[in-house]
Amino acid sequence: MLRALLRRLLLSIPLLFVVSILTFVLTGLTPGDPAHTILGTNATPAAIAAINKTLGLDKPIWVQYWHWLTGLVHGDLGKSIFSSEPVTTILANSLPITLTLIIGAVIVSVLVGIPIGVASAQRSKSSGQLIDAFSLVGYAIPPFFLGLLLTLLFADTLGWLPPSGWVDPGEDFGGWLLSIVLPVLTLAIPGAAIVARQTRQGMLEVLSRDFIRSLRARGLSGRSIVYRHALRNSLGNVVTLLGLYVVGMLLGTTLVETVFAMQGLGSIAVVATNQHDLPVLEGAALYFTIVVIVAFAIVDVTRAALNPKLRTR
Amino acid sequence: MAVTFALPRPTARNGVPRALRRPVTIVALCILALLIIAAIAAPLLTPFNPVSNELADAFQLPSGKHWLGTDEFGRDLLARIIYGGRVSLVGVAEAVAVYLALGLTAGIIAGYVGGVFESIVVWIADVAFALPQIIVVLTILAIFANDSSAAMLALGLLGAPGLAVFVRGATKTVRAEPYISAARVSGLRTAQILIRHILPRIASPVIVQVALFAGTALLFQTGLDFLGLGTQPPAPSWGAMVSDGANYIGKDTWMVMPAGIVIVLAIVSFNLIGDALQDLRGDRVSASAVSVGAAIPGTGALTEQHIPGTISPERAAAPVSPSAVLSVRDLCIGTDSAPIVRNATFSLEPGECLGIVGESGCGKTMTALAIIGLLPEGVRTTSGSVLFRGTELQGASEREYGAVRGSGIAMISQEPAASLDPSFTVGDQIVEVIRRHSRLSRAAARAESLSLLAQVRLPDPAGVARRFPHQLSGGMAQRVLIAIALAGKPAVLIADEPTTALDVTVQAEILELLRSLRTEMGLAVVLVSHDWGVIADSCDSALVMYAGQVVEEAPIDAVFTRPRHPYSYALMESNPQRAAETRSILPSVPGSVPPVGQWPVGCHFAARCAFATDACREAPIALDLVADQHWTRCIHPTAVPSPALPSPTTVSEG
Repeated sequence: MLRALLRRLLLSIPLLFVVSILTFVLTGLTPGDPAHTILGTNATPAAIAAINKTLGLDKPIWVQYWHWLTGLVHGDLGKSIFSSEPVTTILANSLPITLTLIIGAVIVSVLVGIPIGVASAQRSKSSGQLIDAFSLVGYAIPPFFLGLLLTLLFADTLGWLPPSGWVDPGEDFGGWLLSIVLPVLTLAIPGAAIVARQTRQGMLEVLSRDFIRSLRARGLSGRSIVYRHALRNSLGNVVTLLGLYVVGMLLGTTLVETVFAMQGLGSIAVVATNQHDLPVLEGAALYFTIVVIVAFAIVDVTRAALNPKLRTR
Repeated sequence: MAVTFALPRPTARNGVPRALRRPVTIVALCILALLIIAAIAAPLLTPFNPVSNELADAFQLPSGKHWLGTDEFGRDLLARIIYGGRVSLVGVAEAVAVYLALGLTAGIIAGYVGGVFESIVVWIADVAFALPQIIVVLTILAIFANDSSAAMLALGLLGAPGLAVFVRGATKTVRAEPYISAARVSGLRTAQILIRHILPRIASPVIVQVALFAGTALLFQTGLDFLGLGTQPPAPSWGAMVSDGANYIGKDTWMVMPAGIVIVLAIVSFNLIGDALQDLRGDRVSASAVSVGAAIPGTGALTEQHIPGTISPERAAAPVSPSAVLSVRDLCIGTDSAPIVRNATFSLEPGECLGIVGESGCGKTMTALAIIGLLPEGVRTTSGSVLFRGTELQGASEREYGAVRGSGIAMISQEPAASLDPSFTVGDQIVEVIRRHSRLSRAAARAESLSLLAQVRLPDPAGVARRFPHQLSGGMAQRVLIAIALAGKPAVLIADEPTTALDVTVQAEILELLRSLRTEMGLAVVLVSHDWGVIADSCDSALVMYAGQVVEEAPIDAVFTRPRHPYSYALMESNPQRAAETRSILPSVPGSVPPVGQWPVGCHFAARCAFATDACREAPIALDLVADQHWTRCIHPTAVPSPALPSPTTVSEG
């Protein structure tokens, strides 16, 4: 298990470099923009040069990158060009929001999707077709549209839940819980559908394997065969799917945060994109990449825990 | 010297594939076609200008004039959807073009040529896989402000490595096929092979990937427009229309719907087409793996399972031995369309070993599975009786079988490694069975499991108990399975080809183990095998099955010294062990077992039999008593020669 984790972490170092270099090279293509953002379009060339000097943008790109890297080692990601706030502060405020949505969506998807998948694997084909249809639509409905529909129903029409906004759990835990229901649900509905589908397919595949008949021949109860043996053996692929789901959810959270007016990593990145606030965007890229790396590391460890072939030779 | 090779036509098609003719798929194709045509022919389809304001008409619901209503500026929503499709669909096309061009080219070269290029492609894909696409696209948009094309091209670029790795895998599979090597040897240029022979073979899975990617691309495109990062107002786009609608959702609920629903429909259509093509490939796989029942065409005439007269009255009326632990009488097994086993009758005394012999496809395993009620789906016992210690099992509920399986009758099967749950240790799997059949505590069960592992002569039982199935050799796995089978203290062990997957020395050890367990524990064994050597080695009596029928039943010495059915004799003569010992050329039984559903009316073996006469083919042959305890389903039992030496005793020493 440790081996799997180490391997994953070793692989992720080049990934971090690739992402940071990529964002740097791309942003380096347009050195004038930050100055324009600060000074407006009518700025004199002299003023622009002065700003570029202060921001270090007059230096070659690799010097800038080195500067950013050394800053990173000291926990400094620079300052927002727009608000002059340290990037780390901005991101530190938005990371919990994004993580809450992602983790919440994963938990709901698992708690809803796996039982449905298991139950339908033991039932008729029509329940499988229903799940297929749900996951088809769940996958196809854009989060921004689903979020709006849910808001329309639960906030505007029924008035059960707040339509938008993030509540700090330290201040008002109940309010926080209510505030995250709709965004989490928006992300979790497609998640639960695809988890149910994968669970069902996995269970059907495992239940058709030879060892299941052997287990029955040993007189084991149907419950033990389904829940202890078949489920355990189908979870590996569900976990892999969840990893991909989390990576896919980075677009989802970005949209959902915008719909529900939450200052998460994604919506911060969108604002930074609109404002050409490159230090913030670079910081957000770093955080997003780390979220992906951590998600994959968790997937690897969980898979190793579930599958003895991955942890023993 | 000119060598020509017959290359298969890889592009052979037989009409429109079934999965593509499904109504949903057709609807999906129509929706996409409609959206594309509408976007192209927009001015012809709607009289409205998508960007001209008619404030007097703002916030209208669908009407005869505005079929889908209007937005906050009174612009016709249908017109905006039709024109807006241009941005979205062009965006998808851009992303797909890059994705396909790069991914397919890189993948097919990596898969066919390999080497450094392949390693680089795989490495790039590893990185691209974990790259958060949204952030790269956002960075692109930070530089090329509101440039939807740049964003979509970047998305295609980010997705391409994934396709490349997929194509690489598919290409490698095709490349390994003989006809590609043949094409190489025959001097076709690489480019020709790639385009003419490999590309058509991988086209269908690639289209699946492309369809699914197109769905993702549309999600991205509309998402970016929704975020206001792509198409700028007042130009129409689906994503921006949803965003507009969201702003007025409190005032006008309808406005957000048309664009939202169109996006959902378009993405569903892409995914449906992908699914249909995927199912198409699935169909091919499952078609070769259909259960026995479904594969047999029109055999309605044979549905009558029990054929009167195929068992002699004496055999049927033979009293059930009161001491028999297992007694199978007149057992018929079949699918809805055809019989698989007819009128099998035998019984088993405590400690006895009965061998069931025959080629594959004769119904041996089905008979074994029927005893403990584990026939595969679609196959069932149609009549007859299975008595275990006097209790009828035929027609028993799952619950009643649960009381017998493992504790009364246990089973080990052909593939020891495949019979263990790969996720649990050996110890856990034995303990579970012990506790299922006793009230032992966990600790006591664990101790019991170690003594069982010792009983099957595994060295270091504690060490084996901690192992996982993949850490066992074939022989060890079979011993473990025997230990598990013994865990419920059964009276009968059904061993279905227990040694077939093992090498010869291990085979002998396992048979020796089974023999000693019989003497130690009084265990009765049903040994299913196609190998006379194994049967001769272990069994007290033998039951020979051919094409669903018991053709001979006799004590082991009797059947070896004087077989009374030509099939038993032919099978003995073709035994490789015997051929090796007599230094003769290995003879084989000519012909093959007639498949289920195509059995002849008369003797099933007649077509392959050297002694067959017209009488054999006319009517069903009954099982008759020809000597003490010696039954045969042959009307010429005296014609069967005695097999050449060596006798079974010699075999068992060998």
